[in-house]
Amino acid sequence: MSGYTLAGTGTLYRLALRRDRIALPVWVYIGTGMVASTAFSFRKLYGDEASRRTFAAGIDGNGSLRALYGPIFDGSTIGGLTAWRMGVFGAVLAALMSTLLVVRHTRAEEEDGRLELIGAGAVGRRAPLTAALATALTADAALAALVTIVLLAAGQSAAGALAFGLALGATGLFFAALAAVTAQVAETGRAANGLAGAAIGIAFVLRAVGDSGSGTGWAVWLSPIGWSEQVRAFADDRWWVLALPLGGAALLTVLARALVEHRDLGAGMLPQRPGPAAAAPGLANAAALARRLQRGALLGWALAFAAGGAVFGSVAKGVVDLVGDNRQMADLMARLGGQQGVLNAYLSTIAGVFGMIAAVYAVQSVLRLRAEESAGRAEPVLAGAVSRLRWAGGHLLFPLLGSAVLLAVVGATAGLAQSAALGGGTGDAVGRMLGATLVQLPAVWLTAAVALAVYGLLPRWTAAGWAGYGVFVLVAWLGPILQLPQWVLDLSPFTHLPHLPGNAVTAAPLLWSTALAALVALAGLAGLHRRDLG
Amino acid sequence: MTTAISVSGLVKTFGRTRALDGLDLTVEQGEVHGFLGPNGSGKSTTIRVLLGLLRADSGTATLLGGDPWRDAVPLHRRIAYVPGDVTLWRNLSGGEAIDLLGRLRGGLDPARRAALLERFELDPTKKGRSYSKGNRQKVALVAAFAGDSDLLILDEPTSGLDPLMEEVFRECVGEARERGATVLLSSHILSEVEALCDRVSIIRAGRTVETGTLDELRHLTRTSVDAVLTGPPPHPAYAHDLTVDGNRLRCHVDTEQLGTLLAELTAVGVRSLTSRPPTLEELFLRHYENDPADTPSTAAAR
Repeated sequence: MSGYTLAGTGTLYRLALRRDRIALPVWVYIGTGMVASTAFSFRKLYGDEASRRTFAAGIDGNGSLRALYGPIFDGSTIGGLTAWRMGVFGAVLAALMSTLLVVRHTRAEEEDGRLELIGAGAVGRRAPLTAALATALTADAALAALVTIVLLAAGQSAAGALAFGLALGATGLFFAALAAVTAQVAETGRAANGLAGAAIGIAFVLRAVGDSGSGTGWAVWLSPIGWSEQVRAFADDRWWVLALPLGGAALLTVLARALVEHRDLGAGMLPQRPGPAAAAPGLANAAALARRLQRGALLGWALAFAAGGAVFGSVAKGVVDLVGDNRQMADLMARLGGQQGVLNAYLSTIAGVFGMIAAVYAVQSVLRLRAEESAGRAEPVLAGAVSRLRWAGGHLLFPLLGSAVLLAVVGATAGLAQSAALGGGTGDAVGRMLGATLVQLPAVWLTAAVALAVYGLLPRWTAAGWAGYGVFVLVAWLGPILQLPQWVLDLSPFTHLPHLPGNAVTAAPLLWSTALAALVALAGLAGLHRRDLG
Repeated sequence: MTTAISVSGLVKTFGRTRALDGLDLTVEQGEVHGFLGPNGSGKSTTIRVLLGLLRADSGTATLLGGDPWRDAVPLHRRIAYVPGDVTLWRNLSGGEAIDLLGRLRGGLDPARRAALLERFELDPTKKGRSYSKGNRQKVALVAAFAGDSDLLILDEPTSGLDPLMEEVFRECVGEARERGATVLLSSHILSEVEALCDRVSIIRAGRTVETGTLDELRHLTRTSVDAVLTGPPPHPAYAHDLTVDGNRLRCHVDTEQLGTLLAELTAVGVRSLTSRPPTLEELFLRHYENDPADTPSTAAAR
């Protein structure tokens, strides 16, 4: 009987690989490429062990870096430094890749009705899910193998290289299985991705909390991303830790398969409720429709930002304490401006990270235009007395103002939590934190404007809007450690933002970034105004 | 009578595909105009040009006296559109979608909306994601017929409707005509076209191949003749699809040669004779069938 429920898995697996023949290698190459470039630039920058140890000692005392990247377990080898620098980032990347792959081949297919066509063939009930998981397994195995190979090529220990590769791959697999569950529970691909994405965010925050101070270390063990870190590649190579993500993936897979058996095609786990028989008087124009369509996502993001701000604000105390314990570091930090300087460095790093995350929201809400257009839902609206600019404008309020709301939320909650943890004037802390987060807006806007320009001018290449985001963030995130030339760093608007709190605000970069965003957005709107729709 | 839609020489290419290749279309005010053609012949592309969603490469199009691209917004206040494949917002109820679509084009009559919901047997409280194809179609139809639009553009609007609902749809088109609205009806359902349309235009491969009232079109094409004679039948060269079986003759002739054929048959002696004007179906088949002579090198998309 179980043989029948899996019928057609092989065909569906090959179909998935065929559909993802570009996206899947790109994900794997980005992950591998970043590990490789990190390893090779560490080899160039810190060629001898002494320089590596000095570098590692300096990093390990810096609470903000510990919160973002985790502790350095082995500061003596290039492999150890690479595992530190790319561990969390690589795990998040593998988790995102696996989530998107699994949802794309399960719930999204079901939502679009294609799975119905497939399900009518000689295809077992569990085949689509199994094929999607097999696709994710393929991608994660490829990532693990290539990461191992590049670290070997960089001359690192075989055991460490393999441990690091497997840690990333296993994290990916865990989230693939988690996405398989959310794809059963949620009724839309968007919601399934949202649930799994929230889980990735929580895993990231838990690990950051655990690593950021003393006494919270247990939190790392609650996080699958923390497990990946705790494999401690190149330091201890704790293979047994891999049992956690792999065992978790197995359990989640069993759960997802059980859920498949207990629901109808197209349905989720939650019952459908009837809606109103008539529209509220306010739902009378394109902007109101856009608000209705986008408000749920903004609310979800705002809750996530509020939680993130509260967590990262409240661990500020640990960051300061950490420096306090380490005399040598304290001396170093005193020269950087004392405890206040350390705190400011931490807060400005956190504000920058939330700026980059807010840009994800901004790009996503711009691309909602394309989703509406290609699904054919823009057509009946535009066949009404609605100009294209008005239609687009209703949606674009969200990247424009919604991202400001998100950054204000995270600034306010981080400020409140920080003053609760450290004492001191609440109003002052909130005000400084709001400044630090809101100053990210021009870069967020420019990123969103690039996505809008791609959508307006080259609608078929809309996904390339994410490429713009990727370039901006990778350059700002990895550029400094890779010691890229300044002109490359200058390509990213995030490079130009003043580091608040603790530094002076210079208006010029904010102004030109905003002006450039307006120009690029206008080009996109002009394209949308002129081109064919559909 | 003034002209509601006037299109001439419309050309639209998508990459190397020529979807419209000099299309002409004239729809008079107050008429129900059938817009026919095989799949991919350019019907939806024409409609999307008329709605200002696509910009034509060349040719002219006038809609209710305005330019469909430049005057899209004011024109759309007077137009209701039903696409052939309605997609709804998953989290909006059908009732909300109806109201929204109506308000976007200048309001709808609440009493008529309620009556239409009843006639189409549509539950407006369901969410967009749970409607079947036919019910999604009904949502768009109710929104279109509940307003007072001057022009209804219906692109295969009854796909997915059951025969009872199809009947309701026909009544609604009739009522729209009675209040003076113009209807452009793209359809594949010949009985629907025959029942509803004053005039039809048949397009193929992006070009108009025939336009006129159904009677005019019938006149242009062939009559089928089935006769049993008293002697061996003649073999006239102008007869098409001629089959002779003993004393029985079956063939198609162009309408203007019907008299000549009858004279020849009478000369032999007629025992029984059936002559049938072409059905709309035959009319279509003649135009839809692949005729290599006028098939453009690239098949039209959409």
